[in-house]
Amino acid sequence: MTPSPEFARKLLYEMVRIRRFEEKSAELYSAGKIRGFLHLYIGEEAIATGVMQALRPEDAIFATYREHGHALTRGLSAGAIMAEMYGKLEGCSRGRGGSMHLFDAATKFYGGNAIVCGGLPLAVGYALAQKMQQRAGLAACFFGEGAVAEGEFHESLNLASLWNVPALFLCENNLYAMGTALERSEADTNLVEKAASYHVQGKSVDGMDVLAVLEAAQQATQFVRDGNGPYFLEFRTYRFRAHSMFDAELYRSKAEVERWKQRCPIAGFSARAICEGWLMPEMIDAIETEVAREIAQAVEFAEAGTWEPVETLTSDVYTARVQA
Amino acid sequence: MTIAVAASVITTTYREALRMALREALQRDPRVFLMGEDVGCYGGSYAVSKGLLEEFGEERIRDTPLSESGFVGAGIGAALNGMRPIVEVMTCNFSLLALDQILNNAATLRHMSGGQFSVPLVIRMATGAGRQLAAQHSHSFEGWYAHIPGIRVVTPATLEDARGMLWTALMDPDPVVMFENVLLYNLEGELAADAGAVDIDRAAVRRLGDDITLVTYGGCLYKTLQAAERLATQNVSAEVIDLRTLRPLDMTTVLGSLAKTHRMVIIDEGWKSGSLAAEIMARVMEQAFYELDAPIERVCSAEVPIPYARHLEQAAIPQVDTIFAAALRTVNHHV
Repeated sequence: MTPSPEFARKLLYEMVRIRRFEEKSAELYSAGKIRGFLHLYIGEEAIATGVMQALRPEDAIFATYREHGHALTRGLSAGAIMAEMYGKLEGCSRGRGGSMHLFDAATKFYGGNAIVCGGLPLAVGYALAQKMQQRAGLAACFFGEGAVAEGEFHESLNLASLWNVPALFLCENNLYAMGTALERSEADTNLVEKAASYHVQGKSVDGMDVLAVLEAAQQATQFVRDGNGPYFLEFRTYRFRAHSMFDAELYRSKAEVERWKQRCPIAGFSARAICEGWLMPEMIDAIETEVAREIAQAVEFAEAGTWEPVETLTSDVYTARVQA
Repeated sequence: MTIAVAASVITTTYREALRMALREALQRDPRVFLMGEDVGCYGGSYAVSKGLLEEFGEERIRDTPLSESGFVGAGIGAALNGMRPIVEVMTCNFSLLALDQILNNAATLRHMSGGQFSVPLVIRMATGAGRQLAAQHSHSFEGWYAHIPGIRVVTPATLEDARGMLWTALMDPDPVVMFENVLLYNLEGELAADAGAVDIDRAAVRRLGDDITLVTYGGCLYKTLQAAERLATQNVSAEVIDLRTLRPLDMTTVLGSLAKTHRMVIIDEGWKSGSLAAEIMARVMEQAFYELDAPIERVCSAEVPIPYARHLEQAAIPQVDTIFAAALRTVNHHV
């Protein structure tokens, strides 16, 4: 596909935003501003960026604990996400979720699920409700290839297919479930075939190429929107950083990481966009400047945020009920 | 409190009362649907939903594959998206396959999202021993579930509650887990023809008494009432409290009774260690220690996997004899 200059700029801008946001997050983690687990999306930016362009406001998103990029490009403000990671009341989950549990009702962003595969049944049920209420909009569910080993993956694909619900399964295959390589955990590493065994159509896509992601996502969303039932996309990708900030990366070689870095989705797309004449080189600097400003503001917002008073610790365990 | 005079009464069973409640909910609210293993074509493993498939169709009486985690999670997803699902899990033993979804999602989403999302879901499951179904179909996990903040746990023990708790649970904005003791399904009795929704907040005093408070819930209610009858022949007047809701606990009713009787036995079909009975005992210690004229006793299940052989099974769970003996010891205890 050939993107318009405006659209090419948008794609690059979104990927750069995610990259710089993640880099800043790592820095702030080292500075002790962000605590808990922090899972960075660096290297995988093309997937969230490409898929989100194919989604509509009426679609719902179910994501994993590596979801900063999805939240950002879906439209949660960088400030609300950063404040959440600071644990501040102004965070998108009022500081109760942290990095792994970003939520936003306004953009139908249903988390931030840190139980591997935990979001898939939710997406199936959400999609079932869409169908039963005859509403437009699908349930888009991101998960890593590690989720494929969970029973819930198989239960969910079977249910989605059996009930023919508008669910889009988006598998980000970065080759390692924490430190366990796919071929060390799956007898059959062909994920599209696993989906096919439940009569869920699917496709494997280069997750380092934002245009390939976008094109596949557009076809897949159209398939689902047309009432054909669920669809499965596998994105072949790689995380350039460790699993989390506690990972010594003993399970993969530096050479392998370097090889994949040669396929950086941002560098690759920038080079192509300039070569094809979609973007002028100076526009890239302009994007960087704009993103730097946004992230600086996000950090400022988080720094200026407040702490939830301990007195409200137990609010929203249950919905406040009007006593009769 | 007003006492309504029922226009007429019907003779029915606990099972039929549950079915009436399901039917009414399906009729009243298009957002309600039932799903679970064998709820449709089979009519429900305990025949609760018999006939509902024919009446409401496959969309709303939805048979599921044997995928507890999958369909309970799907219920949560549908609840997040405007529906009012009733998910039936065949027995509470099987519900452990869905415990991740119940705890990590249903019970957690509201608080973890800063109050943005709630899960108006009802999960029904069978609980309890007594049918010689052995160690993988007979346990009582309602006390475990009552440990979890974010869900409400209800245990209908009477026809009124079997008829009336479901609608209230469905209207609750948060997840409600309902435990139906397997020995109650055939319970027969009279029910007001116009019986409807009941509260799920308060415990009920099922028998008034002055000498001792017997606290129980669910399937043990009837054994406890029988024990109370027998205690009466010994001139012991026992008050019987049916907790009805295990989370949140209505300690006001429990402590109100204790303030009158000053003695208590707790009857709970769960295992004694870390049980709901232990929680009630602890709260009495914290909140009403000086009301006690004797140590509290507990009658719980023996700490074994529930066995198959009838005499062993019966020996493993609370019985009228053991409740009676515990109550008598407590009444006769003098400092």
